Amino acid sequence: MTALLAAANLSKRFAGLVAVDQVSFAVAASEIFAVIGPNGAGKTTLFAMIAGALAPDDGTVTFAGARIDGLTPDAVCRRGIARTFQIVRPFPALSVEDNVVIGALLRRADMPSARAHARAVLEMLDLADKRGAIASSLTLPDRKRLEVARALATDPKLLLLDEVMAGLRPTETDRMVAILKRLNRDTGMTILLIEHVMRAVMALASRVLVLHHGATIAQGAPEAVVREPAVIASYLGVEAAS
Amino acid sequence: MIALWRSVTPRGRIVIALTLAALLALPLAADRYVLSVLTLIFYFAYVGQAWNLMMGYAGQLSLGHALYVGVGGYVAALMWLKLGIGPWLGVFAAVAVASAFGAVIGWLGFRFGVAGVYFALLTIAFAEFTRIGFDHLELTGGAAGLFLPFEEKRMAEWWNLRGGQLLFYYLALALASGAVVLVALMARSRLGYRWRAVREDEVAARALGIDAFAVKMAAVIISSAMTAVGGVFYAFYYNNLFPSQVFEISRSIELILAPIVGGLGTVFGPVIGAFVLTPLGEALSAATTRLGIDAPGVKAVFYGVILIVIISALPNGVWPRLAALFGLKGRPP
Repeated sequence: MTALLAAANLSKRFAGLVAVDQVSFAVAASEIFAVIGPNGAGKTTLFAMIAGALAPDDGTVTFAGARIDGLTPDAVCRRGIARTFQIVRPFPALSVEDNVVIGALLRRADMPSARAHARAVLEMLDLADKRGAIASSLTLPDRKRLEVARALATDPKLLLLDEVMAGLRPTETDRMVAILKRLNRDTGMTILLIEHVMRAVMALASRVLVLHHGATIAQGAPEAVVREPAVIASYLGVEAAS
Repeated sequence: MIALWRSVTPRGRIVIALTLAALLALPLAADRYVLSVLTLIFYFAYVGQAWNLMMGYAGQLSLGHALYVGVGGYVAALMWLKLGIGPWLGVFAAVAVASAFGAVIGWLGFRFGVAGVYFALLTIAFAEFTRIGFDHLELTGGAAGLFLPFEEKRMAEWWNLRGGQLLFYYLALALASGAVVLVALMARSRLGYRWRAVREDEVAARALGIDAFAVKMAAVIISSAMTAVGGVFYAFYYNNLFPSQVFEISRSIELILAPIVGGLGTVFGPVIGAFVLTPLGEALSAATTRLGIDAPGVKAVFYGVILIVIISALPNGVWPRLAALFGLKGRPP
């Protein structure tokens, strides 16, 4: 197993608070890897350091054999990592198709092929019938899928999904899970997801990393991880009690 | 270019062809005054288009575009006066100097994260510095202004932009039409899509691999270069340049009204805006003169009122509504 993405001893501190503390993990090519943990566990900070939105204070991120920590977000994307945003950020005044065309233009210089690629991606995300709609008019589930479509259009080697299920109803969650599964199966897309929705994590991930107070408390297959006492105490138990 | 024409609706093509034919033939029928008003309309459509490219497409607010008009005009006028180099060559120098100004302002703003209204303040500051600088620059005659001599024997030298109203009418028409085509082509290009992405959400644009800095620099450089060409026109049309007039902030404001009223980020917005505003302004000036009222601020007040009315009634500008009303809307670029 060669790792497509590897984080080694990643750390980030904010004014005395250690948000991410010496986290190491590796994501293999064509794998679906999930990062879970309670609110404030440092998931989003970890995500931001991989995506180039934050530079780590310590540690390294290696992608396809090269260091990428400290690169700008656009440079990270050009290397082959595409991300979505937890709070969706469509280009509101543009059509659904044009949103995706902008992603497709990263690796396609001419408009006809970018547009063709965008349509193919929209098809995959069940958005083909909405391609003419203005992005700001979409419902939340559609926007979430648009977010994924736009990222996918850049032809990434690794897809980073930041709580892409958050705010979705169970049927919509299942739809997203099915789409991501199909994407992984058909194209071998490597996916790293940060997720709160356990049913999605259990259905998708081949391996899970559990964060608590910025540190790794468990890592492994999802079925094994959810039985670990530390995970139940810090995360799952809390969820069950609430 | 052919793809661009194909994207226009059949009705739109007829309107464009008829309008162009009418404007080309108009000098046969119209008098000098009408031609001078239309020349002014084309001029404002042109510089408005240049500004629209930066604000309407790339989302970067400049309130100092008079800087590029002035610098462009001064450079070409100086080359003509001091070196005897005609404007057809001088325009290249004008473009180079003005886009260098644009590049410096853009670099300072975009490199150091000066965005939105703060970026607009930066553009005002630069226009003001330049105005004060030119007020004291002996080479350009300082505050007393720079004059292009009116020589009877050279008035036929159209290649040196020496000529009558007709020459400038057609030149302004060519500039305005050319700008429409140029902006329409750029809007449909990869760069045009990147401008809109940055305008809509810069963080999301960067996450899609777009180098926002480079894209915004391209916008400010192209916009300042286009505006400088307008400045060369201005200098040779009016034959005089005063720092207090060309670099004044009110000139920067005047230049952005047409695209705002017509419709930001649309190809025809600046044109429609100029056709709406300029004749109204001219009529108002004529009316106040005839009534013997000496009210120098009345035009500004009037523009203010128009702006309030348009923005509250048609927040997207006049053109999108017109296009929808008459079925002229092409496929989106």
